[in-house]
Amino acid sequence: MPKEKAITAEMLTKRFGDFIAVNAISFEVDKGEIFGFLGANGAGKTTAMRMFCGLSLPSSGKATVAGLDIYKDNEAIKQRIGYMSQKFSLYEDLTVKENIRFYGGIYGKSDTYIKKETEILLHQLELEAQANTLVGALPLGWKQKLAFSVAIFHQPDIVFLDEPTGGVDPVTRREFWNMIYEAAAKGITVFVTTHYLDEAEYCDRVSIMVDGVIAALDTPAALKKQYHASGMDEVFQQLARGAKRQDN
Amino acid sequence: MRTLRFLLQKEFRQIFRDPSILRIIFMMPIIQLIILPMAADYEMKNINLVVTDHDHSVYSRQLINKITASGYFKLAAVNNSYQQSLRDIEADKADLVLEIPVAFEKKLIRENTAGTFIAVNAINGTKGNLGAAYIRTIIQDYNQEIRSKLLPFSGMPPQPQIAITYANWFNPQMNYKFFMVPGILVLLLTMVGANLTAINIVREKEIGTIEQINVTPIRKHHFILGKLIPFWILGLIVMTLGFVVARVVYGISPAGSFLSIYAFAAVYLLAVLGLGLLVSTYSNTQQQAMLVSFFIMMIFVLMGGLYTSISSMPEWAQWITKLNPVSYFIDVMRMVVLKGSSMKDILPQFFTITGFAFVLNGWAVWNYRKRA
Repeated sequence: MPKEKAITAEMLTKRFGDFIAVNAISFEVDKGEIFGFLGANGAGKTTAMRMFCGLSLPSSGKATVAGLDIYKDNEAIKQRIGYMSQKFSLYEDLTVKENIRFYGGIYGKSDTYIKKETEILLHQLELEAQANTLVGALPLGWKQKLAFSVAIFHQPDIVFLDEPTGGVDPVTRREFWNMIYEAAAKGITVFVTTHYLDEAEYCDRVSIMVDGVIAALDTPAALKKQYHASGMDEVFQQLARGAKRQDN
Repeated sequence: MRTLRFLLQKEFRQIFRDPSILRIIFMMPIIQLIILPMAADYEMKNINLVVTDHDHSVYSRQLINKITASGYFKLAAVNNSYQQSLRDIEADKADLVLEIPVAFEKKLIRENTAGTFIAVNAINGTKGNLGAAYIRTIIQDYNQEIRSKLLPFSGMPPQPQIAITYANWFNPQMNYKFFMVPGILVLLLTMVGANLTAINIVREKEIGTIEQINVTPIRKHHFILGKLIPFWILGLIVMTLGFVVARVVYGISPAGSFLSIYAFAAVYLLAVLGLGLLVSTYSNTQQQAMLVSFFIMMIFVLMGGLYTSISSMPEWAQWITKLNPVSYFIDVMRMVVLKGSSMKDILPQFFTITGFAFVLNGWAVWNYRKRA
């Protein structure tokens, strides 16, 4: 029943020369789930995510996103997903409104949709006063929240978030996760990588990657039980200690 | 089409919000067109001449006067010894030394022949050689003058002479600026087209926005058109500005039609924009893009036929210039602006540059990948 799965991966592998960045990973993500994708630096999280988003061609293995094959339907998948990269990637020399309009437009949304939704979005983010401010002038926390809103502006089935809260203060981080919950409540599947282990607790299920393979995958509660740990932090420590790869 | 509209809107907003791009687009052509043609003058003037006059006669003085009156030479010094003059060459005070021997006048009248000696400072070879050629012509001229003055007394039959008069077609006054201005305009257009496009796209790579674009359903050709069209328009604006400057400052307006120039420029711009795009697909940082375009521009400029004539290059170099789009446009500019050539005359160049546009853009599109 692939229809009910947002993402499936089967022996998905990415090699860069001799280096195997992602080594035959297999897992499934249910529709509407918040799926945490954890791992140390260089474990292969971003590479895996880039394959699902159609930015990187897998070396071997199979995968589907929104029921579509990532080899054949690469471009069709793009209409159905949102993506927020590690690097902030809205246009800093465009205003808040212009950025929203641009991304709405290139996903083929109508002018009336863009206009209506922009107002709602600005209201939710409390950015009405900054609508015509250049994005470059916003504080980092606001930028990240805006980037997330833009990533789901075209109402995708799945949104991929690559370390969305890096460098953001704890209060904004909490607000950010509230936005993720709201998105999930609307039925958007959330696939998120993070380094913050408290955030892992917010996920429905969590996978932990070590050296290109998935070392563990379950709900946070089950993982803690399995590893006799009091928090996700301890689980992660036990798994990642054996890692051979260092930074990137 | 709708996607393209959003892309163009975004590009134009960004361009007009960036003061440095605007400065490049509007100030660069004006400054370059005003300074370069005035400064880069191939006519030799101000050749520093040092004369060693051992004769101090009426004739020797007349010769010196005639030379300085030509307007090409600046009499830097008159020395008594050749050694002193050589020292002037060593100190770079002299480009040319003219030595007039002892008894120059006497020999000229009595023996009907006299020698002079010219030493050339070959460090600035062109200047020295051209100066020597000028001076030779002046001395010959002077020779004829004396002969015709002395002839009536000698009883010899007058020597037959061949007089040469010149007519310079297409640029009657041999005005160097007529030659330079259209050429510089071509270089400007090339720089705007290739460099700005390359840097613009690579900047998106550097900031990371291109990755965000690559996860959207934007078609590759839409994205590329969205990048090329704004710079295509800007290129034509720069050219128009250039023609305004050419008209106002130098009084140059094309002998042929603007239509043929713009038609050619429209396709030419596509070719250089394609080149910029190609450079961007091979570079990851703005620095790389800058260096590569700088390298290409150097070759384009020096082998484009503006500063050195292509027909006097060695054959292998002439083959290289065939791969240089700049050389075709400079050709076309000169044909249309100076000769008044029509669209029909520039058709060969037109087809060649269309080929360039297809190859460069095709290569760039092929090499631009949304997925690595």
